[in-house]
Amino acid sequence: MESIIKVTHLTKVFKEVTAVNDLSFTVQKGDVYGFLGQNGAGKSTTIRMLLTLITATEGHIEIFGYDLNKHRKKILSNVGAVIERPDLYKYLTAFETLQLFAKMSEVKIGRQQLMEQLEMVGLAQRAHSKVRTYSQGMKQRLGLAVALVHNPELIILDEPTNGLDPQGIADIRNLILMLSQKMNKTILVSSHLLSEIEQIANRMLIIDKGKKLVEGSVNELFSPDDTMIFLETADNIICVNVLRANGYASNITSVDEKGIELKLRKEQVPALTRMLIENNTEILGITPRHSLEDYFLKITTANQHVEPFKN
Amino acid sequence: MWSLLKIELFKVFKRPRTYIAFIAVWAIVTLIQVAIYVDGPKYMDFVMKDIKDNFDVIGNPLNGYFVCFLILQTLLIHVPLLVALVSADMVAGEANMGTLRLLITKPISRTKLLLSKFIASSVYAIILLIWIAILGLFVSMLVFGTDGLMNVKSYEIIILNGNDIFWRYICAFGYAAIALITVAALGFFFSIFAENSLGPIVATMSVIIVFTILTTLDIPLFQSVKHLFFTSHMIGWKGFFEMKLDADGVSIPGTIRNLPAVLRSAGILFLHIVLFTGGSIFIFNRKDVLS
Repeated sequence: MESIIKVTHLTKVFKEVTAVNDLSFTVQKGDVYGFLGQNGAGKSTTIRMLLTLITATEGHIEIFGYDLNKHRKKILSNVGAVIERPDLYKYLTAFETLQLFAKMSEVKIGRQQLMEQLEMVGLAQRAHSKVRTYSQGMKQRLGLAVALVHNPELIILDEPTNGLDPQGIADIRNLILMLSQKMNKTILVSSHLLSEIEQIANRMLIIDKGKKLVEGSVNELFSPDDTMIFLETADNIICVNVLRANGYASNITSVDEKGIELKLRKEQVPALTRMLIENNTEILGITPRHSLEDYFLKITTANQHVEPFKN
Repeated sequence: MWSLLKIELFKVFKRPRTYIAFIAVWAIVTLIQVAIYVDGPKYMDFVMKDIKDNFDVIGNPLNGYFVCFLILQTLLIHVPLLVALVSADMVAGEANMGTLRLLITKPISRTKLLLSKFIASSVYAIILLIWIAILGLFVSMLVFGTDGLMNVKSYEIIILNGNDIFWRYICAFGYAAIALITVAALGFFFSIFAENSLGPIVATMSVIIVFTILTTLDIPLFQSVKHLFFTSHMIGWKGFFEMKLDADGVSIPGTIRNLPAVLRSAGILFLHIVLFTGGSIFIFNRKDVLS
């Protein structure tokens, strides 16, 4: 597999704060690579180092097999980026903005192609409106069009869904999936919206306090053993007794008046359901709790700032 | 580089703020011209009150060249402040808008990016100067006609013939361009450090105002160091309106009295431009962009 980004022992120190600490990871060609971490974990600092906005204190970055320090121009001509909010020139139209950044990327793109780019991000109708009249979601999509205007192989998106409403988030998610699946782009996307990453990434890295916690494919990271089920029944006390009597005692992780939480393998779920029905348990709901968010909270729990609220 | 410069100029002239200076210059020049047109003779009486008994003035002293000289004396102190509005915003404004980080992720070297921005702000200063020349010189020549120019100083009166003036204005505007680019370079330098435009604009204006005050104060301490302030050299354009004298003390038309001093002042300003721009590039190339 071809490595697109190879980061080794990357460190960034701001005066006395170590924002990124000995970080190493690899993004393969075709990956949608989720870059996860709490606010202040070092995601944006890492991305800024990848884009040469800030210099690394230590470590090495290789993109497309080239050293970033030595081949900056060559590398960046094949990289598109949206860094947090894509603040663009408010006094320009979307068309002018795209035209301007196409020229900056030293590519010759005709009017028709620019309009196609705007069409792709759903802004063709407003191509000649000033950016100051755009909603945050539209600006974000225009930012993505700017990142794509020179048809880069690698796209780096830093918190692309920040400040967007649910529709805006869905738009960006769909665009990322389209870019990955139809246009075969390699995408590095950072977010603290973990459910978003879960839906789009095939591989991911979780960092905390600038350090790598875990890296791997999303499937590998969620072993079936970690599947959690939340069971709501008409009488949870009776249900607990049924579970214990049928060999599920070790699977119960918590019980309260709202329901029962069980940890079990995915393939055990149908058998569990059948057993409960056969024992006349009135099931009100079975909710899977297996998600990236649980996983993320589990491995970053030591850094939690506020205790979980319990009613 | 040419492509980058075109992009920067496109951005500069797309912004409404850019045109404030052009409107301000138009307003000031027009007001002066209207005032001279309406009340010119009274103004001339005031200017010549101490000498009119000893001189017979022949011709039209209140002509376009004189009006332009008056306009330049008034404007060339304030125009630097208008230039600072744009130059000090070139990098800080981008940082404030959040577009600076987008520019740096493009395959362009930071040096080229900065140079294109600096040249764009210099072009803006020159265009503003051309605007002043059109309104102040050509419109005044059209409205008030042309004749000899009386340059009344505190210790002498220099009278230039009508056919010995126009080239002096060309030189004076050329010199003023260097002076304004120096201001642009200073604003640009401050712009590197800030993430909003206001700070560098105020800083540039403050330096110009403080240095100008120190230059004009007749205090021995400041007199000895005032040649170190670039503002002292910004008024060097006036040197083009002084003539050499022959052995009998008669002016020699077509000459500049102290050309080496004028050129030295222009050289000092040029050194400031190199220093401010070089400093900006040196610092910016090592700066972490966190905006």
